[in-house]
Amino acid sequence: MKFLEDIDTRPLLLVPVLALLAWPLIGSGSTWLTLTVAGLAMGMIIFIMASGLTLVFGLMDVLNFGHGLFIALGAFVATSVLGAMGDWTGSGTWWHNMVAVLPAMLIAMAVAAAVGLAFERFIVRPVYGQHLKQILITMGGMIIGEELIKVIWGPQQIALPLPEAMRGAVLWGDAAIEKYRLLAVAVGLAVFVAQMWVLGRTKVGLLIRAGVQDREMVESLGYRIRRLFVGVFVAGSALAGLGGVMWGLYQQNVVPQMGAQVNVLIFIVIIIGGLGSTGGALIGALMVGLMANYTGFLAPKLALFSNIALMAGVLLWRPQGVYPVANR
Amino acid sequence: MLIVTLLGLAFAPFLFPGVKALSVAAKVLIFVVLVAGFDLLLGYTGIVSFAHTMFFGIGAYGIAISSNTWGPTWGALATGFALSLVLTLLLSLAIGLFSLRVRAIFFAMITLAVAAAFQTLASQLSDFTGGEDGLSFKLPELLLPSTEFSEAPFLGVSLDGRLLCYYLLFVLALGLLLSLLRIVNSPFGRVLQAIRENEFRAEAIGYRVVVYRTLSSVLSALYACVAGAMLALWLRYNGPDTSLSFEIMMDVLLIVVIGGMGTIYGAAIGAVLFLLAQSYLQDLLRLASEAASAWPVLAALLSPDRWLLWLGLLFVLSVYYFPTGVVGRLRSRAALTSLSSQARSKDVA
Repeated sequence: MKFLEDIDTRPLLLVPVLALLAWPLIGSGSTWLTLTVAGLAMGMIIFIMASGLTLVFGLMDVLNFGHGLFIALGAFVATSVLGAMGDWTGSGTWWHNMVAVLPAMLIAMAVAAAVGLAFERFIVRPVYGQHLKQILITMGGMIIGEELIKVIWGPQQIALPLPEAMRGAVLWGDAAIEKYRLLAVAVGLAVFVAQMWVLGRTKVGLLIRAGVQDREMVESLGYRIRRLFVGVFVAGSALAGLGGVMWGLYQQNVVPQMGAQVNVLIFIVIIIGGLGSTGGALIGALMVGLMANYTGFLAPKLALFSNIALMAGVLLWRPQGVYPVANR
Repeated sequence: MLIVTLLGLAFAPFLFPGVKALSVAAKVLIFVVLVAGFDLLLGYTGIVSFAHTMFFGIGAYGIAISSNTWGPTWGALATGFALSLVLTLLLSLAIGLFSLRVRAIFFAMITLAVAAAFQTLASQLSDFTGGEDGLSFKLPELLLPSTEFSEAPFLGVSLDGRLLCYYLLFVLALGLLLSLLRIVNSPFGRVLQAIRENEFRAEAIGYRVVVYRTLSSVLSALYACVAGAMLALWLRYNGPDTSLSFEIMMDVLLIVVIGGMGTIYGAAIGAVLFLLAQSYLQDLLRLASEAASAWPVLAALLSPDRWLLWLGLLFVLSVYYFPTGVVGRLRSRAALTSLSSQARSKDVA
């Protein structure tokens, strides 16, 4: 298998190793299974949100601290759309619910993409290549966006209940697995496969990957990496919007500050994965999701610190993240 | 302008009588130290830390927890202060070594994560930190407002412990600011600026970039910790919202940018301007919001609760168009006038 030899397989083992290590600590097998599925679902949602950010960084060296804004925006758009379609979410049949959730996702993605386009034009573009200013400016953009969300939807917490048919759990042996988590894993896998296909099998993907490796060389071959970058930024924003919808449904409520909260998790994920690496982001997201659920069960107060410890451990092993991107 | 600020702060209790004015002045002193320490990191070394408020909080909690558990004695204050300094030192050293080893940009992200985790932890360990409610505590009697040193008020101001506390903060802030100026103008400060301008060249000349960056972040964290202790001394209260919240981090960033990055003086001037504006901007917004009540959208935009929106806009605009801040502007103008006067004297000759 030539294909497998090309891939560095050791990081792939991290996720199952982490899951197996947690088993004896938790003790009961059915609880472990429940937590593992929950962790994988959470990880998949985080991956959807993080993948855009890591590509944006890899391609153009732009670190977007405002990424959380698109997540919050997606979730809030979803509350409006789902709220308007109360008849469809209230009914117990699967396809009625899907008819409600799908447009919510699509509209959230469209809004996030549009705002992402504006954000790129007005906030990010004037400060290309200046890291310090980028961090300051995107942080400022995030604050402005958060306040605008408060102006539009109000500062209070809004409930975002799951549609009827997605509530409840599937019993498998003793383990209860929530239906929505299975859906989240499925959507996450679909996004991952689609992304892998675009990046690995299309010309645009080839250019993006080449741009991540060496921007100047791609430019000197006559491709406009700037235009490509805008596309990736908008797509990343749309994915963040989708992730926001999923995250809001996962938490079943949304607050304007959610963007900043999720941002922290996403940063940990992309650092673990190696800035610019999609596969690394997946591994990082799954590990963070699992870790958050295990420690949430074992020692709830340490949940966020356990993820930082995880990141510290990974950085000790591979200082550039599990899949370092060349030349940077 | 700097002299006006200094004199204004020195005689604040006599110039602006009243409790509110005095507490604004004290807050200015605290923020001068906090922001000047941050400027060492952002303006001189060129790295962004979002954990500055975490160390601010550690300093404040050090004083609060020790006075709460061991009673209002000087010994308790000193122990709490020393413990918080040690904790700050260790924590900032660990964060710095971990994140600066690879890429300076990790630092911003990792500090953000650690600060968020710390804030959650502080509000959850309610037995120890008082949780969301925070801690109120007593100080040694010398610093309490009820302690009167003389019966007759001096120049219309009663000489009480509160005044003593204010001057304690004033001396501390002045000393710390001078020490920071000494640091940035020393050879060490030069190396930091060299790293900011070109990391690669600094390394090539033979300076260990990681070591210098870490030292700079540790120093800046220690200043934040002292500022936190000052805050706790003044307020006799500490909670997550007063010292750890993200809004304070935003304030610090704004003050640095408005005052001028990489100037240290900018911290003093920025803090004065910002804190004055902060008090009045909300009043102004309230007026504007009432005036605009006919248009609900505009009124919502202008409501005093949304003042962070306007601060954010101000922040973005000032990073674009005003990156050197007030002090930078004044300096370039001073340089221009001295140039033109030189040219004129040459013409005369």
